Amino acid sequence: MLGSLLFKVAIFFYVFASAGFIVFTIKQEKRLFNIGFFLLILGFLVHTGFLIYGYCLLGTAPVLDLRSSLSFFSWCIVLVYILFFFKFKLRILGAFVTPFSTFLILISSMFPICFGPVKPIFKTVWLTVHVGTIFIGNALFAIAFLAAVMYLLQDYYIKNKKFSFLYERLPSLTTIDTINHYSLIYGFPFLTAGIITGAIYAQIAFGKYWQWDPKEVWSLVTWILYAILIHERLAVGWKGRKAAIMSILCFVVLSISFIGTSLFIEGYHNIKQIERLGAIG
Amino acid sequence: MRILNIGMNHKTAPVELREKLTSDDMLDYLIKTESIKEALCLCTCNRIEAVVVTENEDDARKAIISYFCRLGGLSQDRILNFIYIFKDLDAVRHIFRVASSLDSMVIGEPQILGQIKDAYAEAVSRKTTGVILNSLMHKAFHTAKKVRTETGICESAVSVSYAAIELAKKIFDTLSGKKVLLIGAGEMSELTARHLISQGVKEVVVANRTFEKAVELSSKFGSHPISFDEIPIYLIEADIVITSTASRHYIIKREMLKGISRKRRNRPLFFIDIAVPRDVEPDVNKLDNIYLYDIDDLKSVAEMNMNQRRQEAIKAERIVEEEVLKFKRWLETLDIVPVIISLKNKTHSIIEKEIKRSESKLKDLSPEQKEAVFVLCRSIAEKLINDPIIFLKSKVGRSSLNTYLDFTRKLFNLEEQEKGELYEDSRHKFNNK
Repeated sequence: MLGSLLFKVAIFFYVFASAGFIVFTIKQEKRLFNIGFFLLILGFLVHTGFLIYGYCLLGTAPVLDLRSSLSFFSWCIVLVYILFFFKFKLRILGAFVTPFSTFLILISSMFPICFGPVKPIFKTVWLTVHVGTIFIGNALFAIAFLAAVMYLLQDYYIKNKKFSFLYERLPSLTTIDTINHYSLIYGFPFLTAGIITGAIYAQIAFGKYWQWDPKEVWSLVTWILYAILIHERLAVGWKGRKAAIMSILCFVVLSISFIGTSLFIEGYHNIKQIERLGAIG
Repeated sequence: MRILNIGMNHKTAPVELREKLTSDDMLDYLIKTESIKEALCLCTCNRIEAVVVTENEDDARKAIISYFCRLGGLSQDRILNFIYIFKDLDAVRHIFRVASSLDSMVIGEPQILGQIKDAYAEAVSRKTTGVILNSLMHKAFHTAKKVRTETGICESAVSVSYAAIELAKKIFDTLSGKKVLLIGAGEMSELTARHLISQGVKEVVVANRTFEKAVELSSKFGSHPISFDEIPIYLIEADIVITSTASRHYIIKREMLKGISRKRRNRPLFFIDIAVPRDVEPDVNKLDNIYLYDIDDLKSVAEMNMNQRRQEAIKAERIVEEEVLKFKRWLETLDIVPVIISLKNKTHSIIEKEIKRSESKLKDLSPEQKEAVFVLCRSIAEKLINDPIIFLKSKVGRSSLNTYLDFTRKLFNLEEQEKGELYEDSRHKFNNK
């Protein structure tokens, strides 16, 4: 069927794009990067097609189970990376981001596909806006996280005078820090908007803005942590190592609130609960 | 015609001798020598090279060596210990290697190509080059460019001050607008500071124990001097600190920098300590966002990069070898040029003669028609000699070439022009191109 075909084709392109970026990083031939980037764009377009197809089929954003959430998340990361590439022209970032989103989409493909009628409470534009903004925010934070990893690596190499293979290929500390900075600055409004639209959606669907559901709590914690990080960065002038460590920690908390609460913690964001609610039958 | 290259470089001759041989009128001397047809000379601080094209190799060699002897004030026997003599393809290879910076003191240094280009421009402006040297030099530039783009021989810094700059770029990305604090007014720190300024650094502040020296050095950079006591204040502003004092104790201690990060808003700070004994306490490197490199660190970076260049040089030698082979093939085609030219000259003179003979019969024709007849004759003749020429060209590089050339001469009854005259001819043609 068309949906799964598009999905598989997108995965196929992502895998080869990742391979292209990794080989580019080793060989440093611009041509390889161009091939990788071209494949990534192709994969992205096919993936977009898959999502539109899912949207039409369900009548709402295809994010109701973990499989499609992860796939949508992976799409958001690719989208953000492509936009970042046009802004910063940083090729090496692709070698970190593309494998990461490919990894996510591969994981997503291991979850079972669920089909069935979708309950009317999920068929609202608020759900799409809520999930869309949250995921774009998360994708930006994912890039901030990857940039932080790059920063710590490069910082380690320079400090310890280890001029390894990655030292030469990673950009300067300032550049990586700038990427981290912008990902956080752009990501935060999206996260905020995501939480607010989520509350509005909860009011429409359940009649309550806030119910202290575990995911809500974790999201709040994440929001506060990112707020602190951004405050420290802008007001106090956090930079470099500290900011990098903090954005890695923040992302760990974000991952818990994103995946953990969907799988292991009871609450209405839990995928099983969503199934019980009759979203997908 | 033979290519002859006589010269000396930093490996074969001491600087005392090399500097005596740096003379402006070498080119004049060379080209005035009877047996030398083309000449070019290259004098840099590390080498003196005379490259000539000659009909009589012995004469040319003697002339060059006696010139070297005269300038160097040495006897012929002695001078032979300091020079190298390359002939034909060995000379070609040597020139290609020099241009590609494979023969330089610092492998891969970029200046030499510019120096060779200048030397060539000088020779061209004095009209001392001809077909062979023109082609040789263009191929040398081509080879050098190829080596530079296809190998990593020019990549990465191999001097201490460039290594420091490369590191600074890995930290700050760009150096424009950055502030440098120079502690100690040594020669080395001045050199590094100059490199930094050429990279767009905004300000260089100088601190020195003897204040006068600080004033003197800072006036060179158009900046201002500070006293030793002001260092802690400037550590907050600076991005790069270069230390090179003769002090026996650490000038920058870890305690001095402890609270500084917050005041600096965590901007990275890069210490370049080129003093021995060291000026910066090594533990400083353990502080967040502060990076410390001492002279040994920088030397090992430079050495590592040098090794990398040596590796790349192997690739470069292969490229040079390929280009030498290509040049060899081109040189061989030169052997058939005289035959081809006389073949063409003969056909043209036949056409002219025959048209003149038929002039009375052609007199009624209009100028256009006359022209058409001439063109017709010429194209028939050229078509006829075309196949023999292609055949000869295909034999270039084969041992049988000379037999075929002789045969062609006999077959067409060619009287070859004087070789020298012909040579002038083709030189003229080349220059017109």
